[in-house]
Amino acid sequence: MPRTKVPAKSDMFQILDPEGNVLDKKLMPKLTDDDIRKMYGYMVLARKWDEIAWNLQREGRLLTFAPLTGQEASQVGSAYAMEKDDWLFPMYRSNAAMILRGMPMDLLFQYWSGDERGLKIPDDVNMFTIAIPVGTQIPHAAGFAWGMKIQKKKVGVVVYFGDAATSKGDFHEGLNFAGVFKAPLVAICENNQYAISVPRSRQTASETIAQKAAAYGFEGVQVDGNDVFAVYKVTKDALDKARNGNGPTLIECFTYRLGAHTTSDDPTKYRPVEEVEYWKKRDPIDRLRKFMVKKGIWSDSDEQKLLANVEVRVNDAVKKAEAVEAPKPEDMFNYVYEKATEQLRQQMSELK
Amino acid sequence: MKLNMVQAINLALKQEMEKDSSIILLGEDIGKNGGVFRVTEGLWQQFGDERVIDTPLAELGIVGTSIGLAISGMKPVAEIQFDGFTPPALDQIISHVGRIRNRSRGRFHLQMVIRFPSGGGIRALEHHSEIMDTYLCHIAGIKVVVPATPNDAKGLLISAIRDKDPVIFMEPKKVYRAIKEEVPEEEYTIPIGEAKVREGDDVTVIAWGAMVKTVNEAREKIGDKYSVETINLRSLKPLDTNAVVKSVKKTGRAVIVQEGPRTLGFAAELIALINEKAFLSLEAPIKRVTGFDVPTPLPKLENYYLPSVDKVVNAIEDVMRF
Repeated sequence: MPRTKVPAKSDMFQILDPEGNVLDKKLMPKLTDDDIRKMYGYMVLARKWDEIAWNLQREGRLLTFAPLTGQEASQVGSAYAMEKDDWLFPMYRSNAAMILRGMPMDLLFQYWSGDERGLKIPDDVNMFTIAIPVGTQIPHAAGFAWGMKIQKKKVGVVVYFGDAATSKGDFHEGLNFAGVFKAPLVAICENNQYAISVPRSRQTASETIAQKAAAYGFEGVQVDGNDVFAVYKVTKDALDKARNGNGPTLIECFTYRLGAHTTSDDPTKYRPVEEVEYWKKRDPIDRLRKFMVKKGIWSDSDEQKLLANVEVRVNDAVKKAEAVEAPKPEDMFNYVYEKATEQLRQQMSELK
Repeated sequence: MKLNMVQAINLALKQEMEKDSSIILLGEDIGKNGGVFRVTEGLWQQFGDERVIDTPLAELGIVGTSIGLAISGMKPVAEIQFDGFTPPALDQIISHVGRIRNRSRGRFHLQMVIRFPSGGGIRALEHHSEIMDTYLCHIAGIKVVVPATPNDAKGLLISAIRDKDPVIFMEPKKVYRAIKEEVPEEEYTIPIGEAKVREGDDVTVIAWGAMVKTVNEAREKIGDKYSVETINLRSLKPLDTNAVVKSVKKTGRAVIVQEGPRTLGFAAELIALINEKAFLSLEAPIKRVTGFDVPTPLPKLENYYLPSVDKVVNAIEDVMRF
């Protein structure tokens, strides 16, 4: 794989072109047809989640949430590369990766409808809670990865964040610690080109985000974030490297947020239609489907079946989430400490 | 054995680390150098680089990675070198440390301690004499502990390390080497949330951290003139409300001595508590002796700022004569 110490734009790693052609067969990762169909399934599922969630939000059934449409390959490609024991530290736009790694969709709906119980991640899912303040999860992931190293556990840790997070001190301090302590961290920047309205060029004067890794003393890779195979391969290599004690990697997934920042945002105010059209031609789902059709492992009827199936699954999750009883008011006191303090017990009694 | 507070904290760390290999120390200059106040002296030599860890100079990073370390199964005891350098870490403390258990509905909790030398009185530079208790006590989900004596420090730190919730441990640096007292060699715990009361009948004087020493000196100065009951809070969050209320109900008079700035200081919370629970027992308005609402002055003016023995004596006289 072409990697340089200071990756420049021209080094962006790709396997699939936008028409679904493999650029270099030697680069293609080992994936069965079944793997590929599964990855595609997760991508389509994530997009359906966005579509249904968007409508629910408009009906007042969900709070503000951040859609990921356009970034499916970045998340599915990377999360699919994780092994069972690896850990995921998500951001607030990581639904595709979270679902793939076992987060029940109904819990996600519950959380985004304003119920903390939705973030009670099941015990057998190796995933930390969602961080809303931008980039603040990066030091957590670095510390967790460092802890794995101290405990001599062969576990890789993946943390997701966006391009704007790289402007924050948390990014610097988290990656700096990871580099100094050679933590098994794979830091994935989904560079979707915008914060809310502020473009990537206003976050950093660096040519790439990947090149920032050089300053932390480890490898940085810029990858076509709409190319699921390229993202998979780069992440898998980085995780293998991490588990083998060879330290962290920064991966910049060069992608685009096709939709709004959140349900409260109107992107037509700050970006030209032509730009969105350009990126729609590079849609990661279309790209993978073209590849599968050319390879003869995907048909129209497969597509129809999948679309129907994801719609049912998402709607079932919504039904399940909405059938849950409202949380009890006492719940706001019950998880602040292991044992509620005298003051909290007194305040709780004021609920009555 | 007779120990000062630095030695008592050092002993608590050493004994806990000997028993539990998941405890690690991290901070700036805490390794070979033993910490700028020598609190961790000898621990790097005993436990090695993997457990007594000099980190990059980055307070947010120290606390942020401690969160991840705690989730991974380690028990980090993080040191922030000075009170005045905690603000960069406050982002992580406010946004995450106090919220992880709640946010995850109990799936995750943070067994971690953040310790730092606290407060003035050692003729230090700007940012080396700050009192952070007001900021910290407003944060849900953390505990805030302030020992006043070597004995307190050892028993409270062991409790803090064993606590399943994150504990901020503020060490009054003026007291670090100012008091030597008998400290049991074996391990012992002092429950977090339990104040220490020295009995008296006429007036209740409440203090914490370095101010306990000031109050004890005022008590000596007053001698037999009044019978002073003193409360060393030891923990601000959770607060031993019963000890405060019971005492004021008995004496009917209260003076609160607080090192930090006045407005919204912890003394204000104590006055509210007394109003809610013991108002009808009061014989005089409650008096507070505090720092001023100014940036902590540099050493040439510091003594005008810090509550002094004389100011405490005067406040006691005032409430007694009311």
